[in-house]
Amino acid sequence: MNPAFSVIFLTTLIGAGQGLFLALYTGQVYALFDLLPAQDSRSFYAVGSAIALAFLAAGLVASFFHLGHPERAWRSAAMWRTSWLSREVIVLPAFMGTVFLYGAGHWLGWQSPLFSLPGGYPVDATLLLGAAGTLLCFGLFICTAMIYACLKFLREWHTPLTVINYILLGGASGFVLATAFSAAAAPAASGFFGGWAAVLTLGALTSRGASLVRNTRLKPRSTLATAIGVRHPRIVQKSQGFMGGSFNTREFFHGRSKAFLGGVKWGFLVLAFPVPLLVLAAGLAAGSPAILGGAFLVQYLGLMAERWFFFAQANHPQNLYYQAIS
Amino acid sequence: MTQLALVIDLNVCVGCHACVTSCKEWNTSGAAGYLSDDRPYDADPTGCFFNRVQTFEVGAFPDTQTVHFPKSCLHCEEPPCVPVCPTGASYKRAEDGIVLVDYDKCIGCKYCSWACPYGVRELDEHQKVMKKCTLCVDRIYDEKLPERERKPACVLACPTNARLYGDIHDPDSQVSQAIRENAGYQLMPEWGTHPANHYLPRRKTVIRIHADELQRADNPLKIDGKLPKPALKEPSLDDVTSW
Repeated sequence: MNPAFSVIFLTTLIGAGQGLFLALYTGQVYALFDLLPAQDSRSFYAVGSAIALAFLAAGLVASFFHLGHPERAWRSAAMWRTSWLSREVIVLPAFMGTVFLYGAGHWLGWQSPLFSLPGGYPVDATLLLGAAGTLLCFGLFICTAMIYACLKFLREWHTPLTVINYILLGGASGFVLATAFSAAAAPAASGFFGGWAAVLTLGALTSRGASLVRNTRLKPRSTLATAIGVRHPRIVQKSQGFMGGSFNTREFFHGRSKAFLGGVKWGFLVLAFPVPLLVLAAGLAAGSPAILGGAFLVQYLGLMAERWFFFAQANHPQNLYYQAIS
Repeated sequence: MTQLALVIDLNVCVGCHACVTSCKEWNTSGAAGYLSDDRPYDADPTGCFFNRVQTFEVGAFPDTQTVHFPKSCLHCEEPPCVPVCPTGASYKRAEDGIVLVDYDKCIGCKYCSWACPYGVRELDEHQKVMKKCTLCVDRIYDEKLPERERKPACVLACPTNARLYGDIHDPDSQVSQAIRENAGYQLMPEWGTHPANHYLPRRKTVIRIHADELQRADNPLKIDGKLPKPALKEPSLDDVTSW
């Protein structure tokens, strides 16, 4: 496929926003059970939610650049029964709304306990909103990934690893962001977020590595013989039917060399995993929000390369029909 | 249940592109607006077509065959492009099985084209909506046209009658008979899309000659040439003439 930057920005930005929200809520739940020092609800949870919301909104804006008719985008909520894209279109604003309410609850101090858990842990409105947000967050990860994973003839995508990768990569990116944010807003918790950021980054490396290994072993199921229905091992296209380009020649092939693709692959394997881990460790040791912010930026660049490679690697069977001009 | 479809006979297609040009002519002139066609006479021409004729070479020299291969939307019975559409702009008509795009609902997200393994959907670069073969739905039901012209433009244009059109669910239709009797097949059956359009394979006309047909069975001594003329009194070969 030919990677579209609108979709690369959409998936990486909302991934970071989702991960940051999950990090905030994880922190709150840990604090509820006294496993972490409680943080200030305004300067940490409300501002953190605002940052997460900004990432989600930026992703949403990026997605509009993918559309030929953005003014009709509201129609895309219609087919949620069959289309994962439609489901994403519903879940993303629902999740954004919940993150907004979660942040607003913290800002406005909706902290009077509604009821108590056994053991006397008070449950307030923000905790319930956060739980709903967590469900929607995972729902959004699944919707986003299933848009690609459900296309069965794009075999590089048609695997449960796609869903796992989206969850772990987005989670890692968000937790690194949470580490940088907490270093500035709640230094006592930054070690906690940094630890989970490292775990998620290593987990993401494992699952992404697994999908890379899987994809190198794929054998194409469609060949020219099945594409035109002539049973012969040697079929060569002599003409695709037109001399210039078309939508089919532009949309489905990245137009780069194999070496370039390999470069991007090793680029993201370095930039998204080991480098941010090292910078993260250095930033935590120094307690510097700036260095930790650098870790997030480096990893974000790596994730953009990862997403570019994710799209470019998928070999669409329609390319069988467009191999020779004449 | 009706499933309208094309059956394309690769045995007689000569690759003349008459179906391509007639398709473009009809569909660029309709109520849905023109099909984009940019820089048609310049260095980098591009445009939106519903139908393409491609050419493949099968085998290695000197034992090769040239296969001209017209390709348009196959109007799958299990169209993978339809369920993925987020707006419902892509749909399959229940009454005749044609897969269509509602250009007023399409948001141009291109997801349906990703979901089509055949690459038959093309985004119109000017209207920014996805377009594809409509099986000339604005022709085949037009009662102002004489009945024999109520067929897709490509079918009418084909000079070798390589394109048949009809209902593949009706076992007595011309297309069903052609599929049944001439080994009609579907493209990329491995994805379970059940394309309605079928292709008829290249068929070589082969004369089978057995060894005993090369050797006269009634000449066991292998003596060729004129037989000796029998005398007038002797019995002739056919017992009628002696000369």
